[in-house]
Amino acid sequence: MSPSRESAAPLTKPAPLSVTLRINGESRTLSVAPWTTLLDLLRNHLDLTGTKKGCDHGQCGACTVLIDGRRALSCLTLAVMKDGAEITTIEGLAKGDELHPLQQAFIDHDAFQCGYCTPGQICSAAGLIAEGKAKTREEIRELMSGNICRCGAYPNIVGAIEQAMGGGR
Amino acid sequence: MTAHIGTATSRVDGRAKVTGAAKYAAEFTAPDLAFGVVVSATIPKGRIVSIDAGRACAVEGVIDVLTHANRIRMADKDEAYRDEVAPEDGAPYRPLYDDRVHFNFQPVALVVAEDEDTARFAATLVDIRYHTEEFATDLHARREQAFKVDKPVKPRGDATKALSGASVRHDADYGVPIEYHNPMELYGSTVLWREGGKLVVYDKTQGVQNVQRYVCGVFELKEGDVQVMSPFVGGAFGSGLRPQYQVVLAAMAALKLKRAVRVVLSRAQMYGLCYRPATIERLALGAREDGTLAALTHEAIAMTSQHEAFSRNDIGWGEVLYASANSRATHRLAKLDVPTPGDMRAPGAASGVYGLECAMDELAVALKMDPLALRLRCYSDRDQDKDLPFSSKRLKECYQQGADAFGWSKRSPKPRSMRDGRELVGWGMASGAWEAMQMPFATRIVMTANGHVEVASATSDIGTGTYTIMAQVAAEMLGVPLDSITVKLGDSTLPKAPVEGGSWTAASISHAIVNAADDIRAELLKIAFTMQDSPLQGLSAEEVTLADGAVMAIADRSRSVPMADIMRHGGMDRIEKERGSEFENDDQHAHNTHSAIFAEVKVDEELGVIRVTRIVSAVAAGRILNTKTAASQIMGGVVMGVGMALHEEATIDHRFGRIMNANVAEYHMPVNADIHDIRVIFVDEEDRIINKMGIKGVGEIGIVGVPAAIANAVYHATGKRVRDLPITLDKLLG
Repeated sequence: MSPSRESAAPLTKPAPLSVTLRINGESRTLSVAPWTTLLDLLRNHLDLTGTKKGCDHGQCGACTVLIDGRRALSCLTLAVMKDGAEITTIEGLAKGDELHPLQQAFIDHDAFQCGYCTPGQICSAAGLIAEGKAKTREEIRELMSGNICRCGAYPNIVGAIEQAMGGGR
Repeated sequence: MTAHIGTATSRVDGRAKVTGAAKYAAEFTAPDLAFGVVVSATIPKGRIVSIDAGRACAVEGVIDVLTHANRIRMADKDEAYRDEVAPEDGAPYRPLYDDRVHFNFQPVALVVAEDEDTARFAATLVDIRYHTEEFATDLHARREQAFKVDKPVKPRGDATKALSGASVRHDADYGVPIEYHNPMELYGSTVLWREGGKLVVYDKTQGVQNVQRYVCGVFELKEGDVQVMSPFVGGAFGSGLRPQYQVVLAAMAALKLKRAVRVVLSRAQMYGLCYRPATIERLALGAREDGTLAALTHEAIAMTSQHEAFSRNDIGWGEVLYASANSRATHRLAKLDVPTPGDMRAPGAASGVYGLECAMDELAVALKMDPLALRLRCYSDRDQDKDLPFSSKRLKECYQQGADAFGWSKRSPKPRSMRDGRELVGWGMASGAWEAMQMPFATRIVMTANGHVEVASATSDIGTGTYTIMAQVAAEMLGVPLDSITVKLGDSTLPKAPVEGGSWTAASISHAIVNAADDIRAELLKIAFTMQDSPLQGLSAEEVTLADGAVMAIADRSRSVPMADIMRHGGMDRIEKERGSEFENDDQHAHNTHSAIFAEVKVDEELGVIRVTRIVSAVAAGRILNTKTAASQIMGGVVMGVGMALHEEATIDHRFGRIMNANVAEYHMPVNADIHDIRVIFVDEEDRIINKMGIKGVGEIGIVGVPAAIANAVYHATGKRVRDLPITLDKLLG
């Protein structure tokens, strides 16, 4: 028994749309299907694989990037919805060889183990600091709870964010 | 000389991980890359009657739909599918092999397309008809049919008689549900096809050589035809010990289509992989008036699949921790129509010690004794079952230091007697134990005249810090700076290593590195002592050390020769040495790590909401190579233990034999807000017996005992004993 192939007429995919994004300071124009998420655009179309896919359902936070300076889940964002937006991914945080204070703080505090949730944690933390709402460890914990870390580095993540908040440039 | 071993060294792969440069299996690419999306079975047991891929194939960009009916040739013997971690007993599952469905979420087709979106869409169009057969997925319903498995733990004395004669008895069932590893990285493989049918496989795995042998076996390929790589692994916790099916599907598609193929599972599909089996831990303890144990029995009843008998050591931990003249331990398995369970962090111990340590707490209540005092009263200096002393067991120091740091002496013994505003406060404790294992590993060190050192082994770093400890040990042994060392791992062509599991990697790889470094040192000294005008002339090997990139006299560090000069003098641009870990077999001692965990919970009396506000984990695990990454390992184990105690449970609808919460929103895991203060203490433990360096490993011990400490704290806070994990508020209020 081979899988049958005869039963249907050809299905055409939706026509691609043009989208222009400014990604890590560089303007990129791409032609993508309307169903393409920002996450898949970054990973599959631009090979910017620093942004991670952990669930593709907006449940884990691994895909967090900054869109116009605000943290957002790139797996729940269709790329074409963000035409003209400024996107910052983990690849865009360091200035050349100089790490972003959060990146350095994550290393100093051992705020990761496997590293897979880390880009999302760091982007989320950058968004959190920009929001300016979190003042205490308790508030950091609460406002970082959209980013799951299965290795369980949470206390170190909080410590790293405190360091970056205290000594941020 | 810079000391590296035992320091709080930051991860050497840290920069790659915080900049997004670290590449995981599904992030390697090729110009001819195609994307495969798996279609999963929707029944737990039966037969595929028909597969209509017509609509899927009609989608522009779809290349092929692979099924059992059009698959390429695969091995037809079980041996080919039996990887190094497979249970000895049973027939391993064969992905896409035939029309049989053995479990829900089993892969039944692979849609391959030019891009991922298209494959994902087309996969929804594959129409599969099944003939469903009668099935069973409920451990509790099959408890009576469970069969006994052979375990090395021997009965001692007459436990039944001793129990019936004991002045205080406690007897109860403790339940552990199905739990999933849920590493953050989705399971995925990228397989590159090379001319002549050779494969380069990037796979999410804890053992590249295990996967390499498996892929060769399944597709009947020659050893040199398959290279498996896994430089970074986005968490695994045991789920990547056995090869997972996506690597078979990706390799099959690459071989059939003669091009590169990537297959990434969805989060839901990862609930068709392995998991911590649900178990019923039945404990019976009998004590004398003074608290000493007269009898200890432990019966574990666990689930397994129909096709393989998977079991680990749930039982036997009482033999390691407590003295009892009479004991009996049995392990039973109930076969269900599910995927085969697998190793999940501290497999066996996490579940078995949960039952044991809750039972000890209940016994302490019955005896009106402090739970810590009871542990000390029952303390055993020997492994009761093996009847051997321990190579080291500083568990008493764990109890002491943990209790002091926690403030245990201020505990009010009565349940519901401590309070913080509207919250009830509970303090609980538990002991933990794990095996200190070591395995044959090999490593190759290459030192070049420019001062660079490469250390290589086919082991893995799943977040454990292997890269970092390998660099530390090499730097210390060879007297070179950490940043002059490159560590290579996660490549099947490198020197032999088993899967990274069981907490054995740190001890094993360290000794292989020490041995290879010794050989390099010997080579350097041979030349250094005979060089003309050498300031080291007249010294013996014992009188010199390798430090600061030079060979120098220990007594007078000004007498030194740079290693680069020695190599130049010897006419060498590189020294390459490969050695194994070479452990002596010690059958005169039991080898374990130990821990004491103290937990504070606060419970909202009206809502039943539980918060774990403080945990102190005191661990005796021999020599700690890196206090920073090792503490993170323990902390991670504690966090997963919090999940086990309060959150985690995969729930099957037994009418359909299908998990209802196959996602990370409804399968609850701890998030940042769930975790408060965690303090990790490493108790000094010098073990001169276990191995030359006294290393035991820390990957598993962190979780063991944590669920029991929390459960015991919840009882202390509320006076209510919930024995079936997770302790959710409905159980607490019900």
